[in-house]
Amino acid sequence: MKLGNLLKVALKSMLKNRMRSLLTMLGIIIGVASVIAMISVGEGAQSSVEGQITSLGTNLLIIMPGSSSFGRIHRGAGSLDTLTWDDCSALTSQTGLIQYVSPVVRVNGQIIAGRNNWYASILGVSDTYLNIRDWKLEDGMFFTDRDIRSRRKVAVLGQTVAENLFPGQSPVGARIRIRNVPFTVIGVLEEKGQSATGMDSDDVVLAPSTTVSYRLSDGKNIGSIMVSAVSMDVMDETQAEITAILRRTHRLHEGQEDDFNIRSQTEIAQMATDVTGTFTMLLAAIAGVSLLVGGIGIMNIMLVSVTERTREIGIRLAVGARESDVMVQFLIEAVLLCMIGGILGVAAGFGIGYLLCQAINLKLAINPAVVVLSFLFSGAVGVFFGFYPARKAATLDPIEALRYE
Amino acid sequence: MENFETIITLRNIKRVFSMGQIEVNALARIDLDIQHGEFVAVMGASGSGKSTLMNILGCLDRATSGDYYLEGVHVNDLNKRDLARVRNKKIGFVFQGFNLLPRTSALENVLLPLLYNRDLRSRDLKPKAMKALDAVALTDRIHHEPSQLSGGQQQRVAIARALVNEPSLILADEPTGNLDSRTSIEVMSVLQSLNNRGITIVLVTHEPDISLYANRIIELKDGRIIRDVLARQPRNAAADMSRLDKDKVGTPQPGSEPVTET
Repeated sequence: MKLGNLLKVALKSMLKNRMRSLLTMLGIIIGVASVIAMISVGEGAQSSVEGQITSLGTNLLIIMPGSSSFGRIHRGAGSLDTLTWDDCSALTSQTGLIQYVSPVVRVNGQIIAGRNNWYASILGVSDTYLNIRDWKLEDGMFFTDRDIRSRRKVAVLGQTVAENLFPGQSPVGARIRIRNVPFTVIGVLEEKGQSATGMDSDDVVLAPSTTVSYRLSDGKNIGSIMVSAVSMDVMDETQAEITAILRRTHRLHEGQEDDFNIRSQTEIAQMATDVTGTFTMLLAAIAGVSLLVGGIGIMNIMLVSVTERTREIGIRLAVGARESDVMVQFLIEAVLLCMIGGILGVAAGFGIGYLLCQAINLKLAINPAVVVLSFLFSGAVGVFFGFYPARKAATLDPIEALRYE
Repeated sequence: MENFETIITLRNIKRVFSMGQIEVNALARIDLDIQHGEFVAVMGASGSGKSTLMNILGCLDRATSGDYYLEGVHVNDLNKRDLARVRNKKIGFVFQGFNLLPRTSALENVLLPLLYNRDLRSRDLKPKAMKALDAVALTDRIHHEPSQLSGGQQQRVAIARALVNEPSLILADEPTGNLDSRTSIEVMSVLQSLNNRGITIVLVTHEPDISLYANRIIELKDGRIIRDVLARQPRNAAADMSRLDKDKVGTPQPGSEPVTET
């Protein structure tokens, strides 16, 4: 029989039993709808979670100088002064995997503002540092590339520093002295609270890297370099690229050990991937169970249908249908039931997903691959659960079938 | 016997049904030749094996032993797929219970065998079905469903379905069993007219009246042929019908009237 005729016969038999077809499809509809709704809400939630995890610094790489050793006694990481301004500009000139680069020159010192004073870390950084850390300003402005080149003595205060030096007033525009060097406060950072390692991220002063290096330190080397990769998925590649660049600028021969270390927050990144993985497994389990239940419903109804239409099968066999014709006819009916259920399920899933996203203020993510996949999967359910009833129909004895009451 | 080409040859056909321990010989030993163009009535009491014989002739069942040649083809050698093809193209079935698809129009019922005929183009199907319906004089009822047709009309749809693929053999298993006598004669006249066009007809019946319309009568008993006679002068169903109509002029004819249309 031709496909067009088969589809026509299948549709006709479905329309003859409208209510039954709809109820049968319901299993598939609910299965597919729940998958689609979960995935579209889930993806929205996931990208929001990923955003939050990124703000913890999962796409950050921190380059530290290597450890030095005298004879056979190793000293700690960072005990060498191997990172230079040249390294920084070499990394900055790279585009692609590396998004932002900032040197970090760290000094600790006493900060004085009028009658108040405070002891804090002063970080000499580049103008892209806020982007790297995903930090924001609460007040004032951040220093620019020009400020860095001209070594201007400007500073941006963290909340803890600002509150201690200027309780109850805005520090922007005020003058402070850091290690007796006068600075102008041009901005205040937003409050961030504790960092992942339990340190107060607000107890910090940011200033142009050059200013800190030349006015507060010896102006020679950089303590560390902070790099952000374009995404947390390319951390390994980025790390390899940085290694290659630094080995070149440091003129290291093959076989020679790196004189620097690259650190990343792999644990956090790993956690993020684990969360995503668990989520996917959960979705797959829900999808599997609901489609299994739906499929059993399909099989049940197809078996009823085969019994009901025994005589019809007998007639078809008598007038010259092959076993395969009968088999394909019932398979197509099962697949069609599932596919239509799949379409309705996708529509219902997006409806539910839309409402859920509205309710919890998430962006609805529509993934075409998921739509196609769940559609194909419901078709596969039809083939799988339709096979046994179809086989049963095809192997009926025509004589018995014709006599069936 | 007349000088016709042989369409059916049965040699030493046996059919044994085993029901647990007991074996039933439905057909004990059948030797039979049927020529092209014959109209054969198979008679016999119930249990005589006539339905089993029909099922074997119709390639729905296989003999336990013996040889069956249909138009020279050794049916025993055919696989299921070939048998389906034989049923589709060479044989038309007419059943006692009509066996039309319910809630399906007369036209679609007649189209059914054509859908399984792989040698036809789609646009030829409907004209062929119409031609078959025309042969049973039902062109005005093509969109009626079986429930809207009288018994006689339903059986005519079934006959149209049997002949739509232009088979050389029509097997009719008690085609008048569910019909009153006038409608029975009507159906016999349709079968006779098909026989006059050269189609071989094998008819199973237990009604002696009906067998009088055939030109050869075979009687079975306990799975054996006990009588095989040629009718010198078969009755003419068309003539019988017009005589009936003349006798009962003015009175309604049960079964011949179409069911009121809805």
